[in-house]
Amino acid sequence: MKKIIITVVGKDTVGIIAKVCAYLAERKINILDISQTIVSGYFNMMMIVDMTASDVHFSEMCDELDKVGEEMGVSIKCQKEEIFDMMHRI
Amino acid sequence: MINQREVLETNAMIEKENLDVRTITMGISLLDCIDGDLNKLNENIYKKIYDSAKDLVSVGDYIAKEYGVPIVNKRISVTPIGLIGGAACKSPSDFATIAKTLDRVAKDIGVNIIGGYSALVSKGMTTADELLIRSIPEALSTTDCVCSSVNVGSTKTGINMDAVKLMGEIIKETAMATKDNDSIGCSKLVVLCNAPDDNPFMAGAFHGVTEADRIINVGVSGPGVVKTALEKVRGEDFETLCETIKKTAFKVTRVGQLVAKEASKRLGVPFGIVDLSLAPTPAVGDSVADILCEIGLERAGAPGTTAALALLNDQVKKGGVMASSYVGGLSGAFIPVSEDQGMIDSVKDGALTLEKLEAMTCVCSVGLDMIAIPGDTKDTTISGIIADEMAIGMVNQKTTAVRIIPVIGKGVGEQVVFGGLFGYAPIMPVNTFSCDAFINRGGRIPAPIHSFKN
Repeated sequence: MKKIIITVVGKDTVGIIAKVCAYLAERKINILDISQTIVSGYFNMMMIVDMTASDVHFSEMCDELDKVGEEMGVSIKCQKEEIFDMMHRI
Repeated sequence: MINQREVLETNAMIEKENLDVRTITMGISLLDCIDGDLNKLNENIYKKIYDSAKDLVSVGDYIAKEYGVPIVNKRISVTPIGLIGGAACKSPSDFATIAKTLDRVAKDIGVNIIGGYSALVSKGMTTADELLIRSIPEALSTTDCVCSSVNVGSTKTGINMDAVKLMGEIIKETAMATKDNDSIGCSKLVVLCNAPDDNPFMAGAFHGVTEADRIINVGVSGPGVVKTALEKVRGEDFETLCETIKKTAFKVTRVGQLVAKEASKRLGVPFGIVDLSLAPTPAVGDSVADILCEIGLERAGAPGTTAALALLNDQVKKGGVMASSYVGGLSGAFIPVSEDQGMIDSVKDGALTLEKLEAMTCVCSVGLDMIAIPGDTKDTTISGIIADEMAIGMVNQKTTAVRIIPVIGKGVGEQVVFGGLFGYAPIMPVNTFSCDAFINRGGRIPAPIHSFKN
């Protein structure tokens, strides 16, 4: 499994999750987990996705999600899961 | 599964607290490049380095993108050139051609710095070593990316005082040769005692002769992360303080370990070590001095500073050692002056003197680092400062170093700007009483006794 953590941070507007999910579906990227909070008007979402079945390359996905984020005025960051595993699990 | 709090914590470290991987350094052995013909030697060196490291920058950038953590520098260290050039170089200028080759290949590959224009003379100097040392002013004034280091002492061999004396002169000559540029050449030159073979940090990095043909060493950083973690335990006792530093050091080092393993896999080069150092930068919030203040000092340099630094250094090691399979290099807290905004402020406020810095080097990872002194400081005084620092390393079985910059044309109270990661520094006063007769004796200081520890 190629697990990627996607984090979306920015001002809350309508349809953030919808747009990110639509992109992921189009690219055959499977969502494993979503959690979301609003902290003082700021939208904070974390997704764990699996891109094993996807035909898109990791760096392409980053660039494309960057654009999706830009259109909505939020920042979208993609990172391989290992960095969090390494830091928070022994 | 990873939860949102953990993801947010990691990303806050990266985005707000300056967590980064300071350097991926590829060590490359040049022993198989040796040739009696200078042109052929230069050609061999260029080819070996280029072929070994041509993908280093692109792989480093790609890893940074995948994990979302900045990798600030990609560097190369090579076998000490004093060992490589002996057969072909008959003059200092011959050696300087190798420096130019190193500079050229570093630029062609796109790495930030290349280290290893070095000589290991802790007991004695070969003719080649001495020629290399004498070529340093030319080498550093005619290149941009080359770093030079000279190991003049060790716990096992004592201190080579002839080399110490010579280095006082060479530092001044290097300052003169780069005087139009605020003597910046000296920021690329370090004198060491007990230099490690696998250090990824500059200016002291070289690829030791006990190392494999090629190796990947990684240096992590993160003073800002430690500082932020300590803000949450203000007023708590030492146990809580130490536990917090250890846990934070663990997390920071894990990132280094991950990056080192990935880089090693993708470049097909064995993983060497992770260096656990807390390396500051001039950026606000990326300061070791600020950690000392957070521990409870008004300014770095106040009474208690040495104890606070000793504690910090030790806890960073304790936390980091478990996080990496192989730890090496310098591993500890760096205390450069010009590269740390908190240190600069302390010097400006009169809280931190050269003598206090010297005391601090007894318990930190390296030594007197990036310190600007008046340009008219005598050669022998510089040698005396080096000798003191080497003695601390020799007796305490640790690495110590001196990277000091006599800024030609400037005096105490003035300021010098090096730019970039090198930062800026106020020029510090130096004790001007003479040590001429001591330095001019010649010979070496014998190795210390290894028993009767007191």
